[in-house]
Amino acid sequence: MRIVDLATADQDFIAEVEARSHQNLRTCYQCGNCTAGCPYTFVYDHSVSQVMRLIQLGQREVVLQCKSIWLCASCQSCTTRCPNRIDVAKVMDVCRHMAREQGYATEREVKLFTDAFLRSVERHGRAFELGLMADYVLHSGRVFTDVDLAPKALARRKLAFRPHAIVGRDQIERIFQRFRKGGAHV
Amino acid sequence: MSKVAYYPGCSGQSTSLEYDRSTRAVCAAVGLELVDVPDWSCCGSSPAHTVNHVLSAALSARNLDLAHSLGVDVLATPCPSCLTNLRNAAVEMEDEGFRGQVNALLDRPYVGRVDPQSVLQVLVEQVGVDEVARRVTRPLTGLRVACYYGCIMNRPPERMRFDDHENPMAMDRLMEAAGAEVALFPLKVECCGASFGVPRGDIVARLSGKLLDAARGLGVDAIVTACPLCQMNLDLRQGQINAALHEHFRIPVFYYTQLLGLALDVPRSELGLDRLCVDPRLALGKIKAPAPVR
Repeated sequence: MRIVDLATADQDFIAEVEARSHQNLRTCYQCGNCTAGCPYTFVYDHSVSQVMRLIQLGQREVVLQCKSIWLCASCQSCTTRCPNRIDVAKVMDVCRHMAREQGYATEREVKLFTDAFLRSVERHGRAFELGLMADYVLHSGRVFTDVDLAPKALARRKLAFRPHAIVGRDQIERIFQRFRKGGAHV
Repeated sequence: MSKVAYYPGCSGQSTSLEYDRSTRAVCAAVGLELVDVPDWSCCGSSPAHTVNHVLSAALSARNLDLAHSLGVDVLATPCPSCLTNLRNAAVEMEDEGFRGQVNALLDRPYVGRVDPQSVLQVLVEQVGVDEVARRVTRPLTGLRVACYYGCIMNRPPERMRFDDHENPMAMDRLMEAAGAEVALFPLKVECCGASFGVPRGDIVARLSGKLLDAARGLGVDAIVTACPLCQMNLDLRQGQINAALHEHFRIPVFYYTQLLGLALDVPRSELGLDRLCVDPRLALGKIKAPAPVR
């Protein structure tokens, strides 16, 4: 059993999550409705209601290094069913942002897929599936990812072989460049 | 009826080309004019909002701005993931501070007030179920389906403002209008595993497997979807799901626009039924030929 030492509560962490998510986390009274409806608890290391409690207790490292924040699909079940109208999915999203900013990625494959997707958008202006799969395989080393799907997808002409060029491609590139210039990193 | 801007989304150019094509064909058949957003770009999809909300909104706002330049009030998209991002950007940019941060990333600041909606919402609210029913010439009599909406089309309700968030009925009503028998599907809004198919296929196998299992329990001939990612997980990955769960599902998964197109007698070439991975012919064979007119 993990024992949480309340004396170690990181008040700055609590304040930062509240400020960035615009949510009042103190109203969470652990009813468990979010966890009851969450389809992802079976792969989480901490259920979503536990993540909420850990944030209230200022457990920065536990939260930012947990797997759950990477495995939340933002399906909005928790947000929709919270009796105190806390946007729980947004809180999970914000924790994922903070984890990423601090260099944590406890679900490496999920992060790599996200990165490959955004590189594809930055490069082409639109997502280019075949290219981003190649990028993902290159970075993850998982060379057999979905190769079984290739014949089906190709036979049904579901994959474009070339990215769809858009005129304003450089406008998208500049969105990413300005974002990075602000100190953030994708 | 006013014209609406149309945002196909990236998957509509590849994995869900048949959704884009059939959407356009159905809208044309019911007299709804779609105007393509010129030179649209990716909305950012799930990856962008999991990295940063300002970046995500900026990627969407470029498209809101392009739609605004068309002089329309409504921007319609078939894809719930695009809808979520476009709508989040539109609503959150009503806050001046956030709008400033987003506009600082853009070449041209977005100052419009375009309302992103799903094509499903536009069909139901602007055309109407009765009007669609009136135009049906080849009813899908004999076909029993389960309508699956996916997790984000209607959630959270304060943000999406369309249909019921626990028991949405828009697709059910359209399928009934098309003459199909609609089974009550209890997992209408449960998540299919979303974009974890590539990095964590085990998650999709479990969650989409549950949906297929429920559909089989209802004895339906097919599942009907409105989301490219849901459709891909349930259809393209159905073989993977079977392998992972030692199952033998063989349930075709249509886009609602494909079945609506059949009922509206849209040319088959516009519906892309041959692009479905699980063979739909058995299900389509259930449709009874209309009684001959005396």
